[in-house]
Amino acid sequence: MTTDAPPFALQDMTGEARRFPSNRPSLIAFVKEDCHTCNLVAPLLETFHRAWGEAADVWLVGQTADGNEILKDRHGLTLPILDDSALRTSLAWAFDIVPAVYWIGPDGARRAQVEGFVREEWEQLTRQIAGDLKTPAAPVTWADLPEWRPGCGSKHLDPDIHDRLLAEVDGSPIRARRIEIASADDVDEFMFDQGFSDGLPVVAPTPERVLRMLSGTTRGAQDIIAVVPPSMAPVTVEKIAINAVMAGCKPEYLPVVIAAVEAVCTDEFNIHGVNATTMGASPVLVVNGPIRQRIGMNMKQAALGNGNRANATIGRAVRLVVRNVGGARPGGTDRSTLSSPMKFTMCFAEWEEGSPWDPLHVERGFQREDSVVTAFAMTSGPVQIVDQESRQPDQIAGTLGLGLEGVFLSKIHRMPVDALLVVCPEHVKTLTSDGDYPKARLRERIQAVTSRPLREMVANEVSGAGIPPASAAKMTEVQLATPSPKFADGKFIHIVVAGSEAGKFSAAFHGWLTGSAGSAVVSKKIEG
Amino acid sequence: MTTILDPTDERVPVARQITPRTGEISGVIGLLDISKPRGNVLLDELERLLAARYPNAEVRRYAKPTFAKPCPSDLRLQIKAECNVLVEALAD
Repeated sequence: MTTDAPPFALQDMTGEARRFPSNRPSLIAFVKEDCHTCNLVAPLLETFHRAWGEAADVWLVGQTADGNEILKDRHGLTLPILDDSALRTSLAWAFDIVPAVYWIGPDGARRAQVEGFVREEWEQLTRQIAGDLKTPAAPVTWADLPEWRPGCGSKHLDPDIHDRLLAEVDGSPIRARRIEIASADDVDEFMFDQGFSDGLPVVAPTPERVLRMLSGTTRGAQDIIAVVPPSMAPVTVEKIAINAVMAGCKPEYLPVVIAAVEAVCTDEFNIHGVNATTMGASPVLVVNGPIRQRIGMNMKQAALGNGNRANATIGRAVRLVVRNVGGARPGGTDRSTLSSPMKFTMCFAEWEEGSPWDPLHVERGFQREDSVVTAFAMTSGPVQIVDQESRQPDQIAGTLGLGLEGVFLSKIHRMPVDALLVVCPEHVKTLTSDGDYPKARLRERIQAVTSRPLREMVANEVSGAGIPPASAAKMTEVQLATPSPKFADGKFIHIVVAGSEAGKFSAAFHGWLTGSAGSAVVSKKIEG
Repeated sequence: MTTILDPTDERVPVARQITPRTGEISGVIGLLDISKPRGNVLLDELERLLAARYPNAEVRRYAKPTFAKPCPSDLRLQIKAECNVLVEALAD
């Protein structure tokens, strides 16, 4: 046996780097602590070290750092114990079984090798070493040892580890666990069985597809984008790409998905609470900026519905990340009473070109040329607001206000709760028919037309919701007559433009608990 | 063979889904010998025990042509059509 053994530099337990080859004869033994046969041979190697340590390096190479400590204490070892917990050296030496023991000449060439424990082979090995070193045999009572003990599979061959190691060596960006589906199994059914799906078929995330998906971003595949509750698992670009493949995304959508995952996983957005609430909240994603056109998002006819791949799959990919990486599943931490189809997907783009106002992202502090995704935690929607008759700007603004009165319950006012109003182009046309109609005026109008005396919020025989009668009894007539708008502040009303140029139908999404106790609206810039 | 990448946080091992266990034995019991040596000895004994314990159950015997290859589709479908439960066994 003359093949050169791969060089390495590994630390021993004192922190000293041991380099191979060392220009000395070497006896290198790869072991792992939880292997019985490795424990059988560890004292033997200690004996060899004591017998031949002057003339040769006798090194134990352990496959786990903790295991090395245990082996040392258990057997009172004094020979150098090297740390290959990264398993790269084990992979490079390419043995299958531990213990794997190599006798190597000073020239670095392998002269003898044994795996497992066959007493005769070990005796032969020690005779060869003693002969090569021209020293007496090591003092081993071979008759006390078993004739044969099988070794254990080397740790670097564990299915969970081996692919990652190979990928690192190959320079592949893929690190995720590979799952092999037998040819007799139906791939689609398998993915349903594993719980990977939201209930609809998913595209199989083969390594080839995931690599193609990763080409959609310049970010590193192993960059960690966020920590996803409830499992608090770090999510890498690669994991997002896998779920994006499953959702049906094209590679060019990936940057939007990444930014959206980042947005919903912030403390402010609070995806855990959004998932968990019995009220059935879900992210509603609005995309702004040049990327809308570049990836072909729908912002016009049927913008809030089906039919556009980008809209449908970006929203779905975010949901699948939360489900698969975060572990949020209905019946688990998703406790929605009724839930909502928005939990499959809800993503659309604003028709900025059809809007008389600054687009949402500019209003929220970004540049017009930035591409941005904004996440809203919404519980209902889109709820249609129908008005085909109004011809005056204030009339249509009034209608939009009345259409928002149903948030939570029409009776309840002064709500510190977000709403997302999607104004359709025909309503925009009416609003601006006499000139500019700023968003601030629209918000004021909404607050004005929804103002009701506080007394209408008191619990009564029609509805027990609202101000408890005991509290109302302590209020003065003036207090009870105080006009109360729907929203505690106009800032809770978010306004975008989308939809077909034909049809006088706007829509509203109704929020969940807004603010630090619930969810705040979060925008993230979409980076390459 | 299709290889896919795990979309989860990888905390849970991937598992083949097994058919729900009924907790009872009735109908037709298939005994599949994968054709390793002495598999028949094991299955003969199992058949004797099943016949004694479940006299109303019918036992049918099957054998794969070779243990070294997956079960042929036709045989798999035949077993699926004919049996309520299947015991696949080997000895060596």
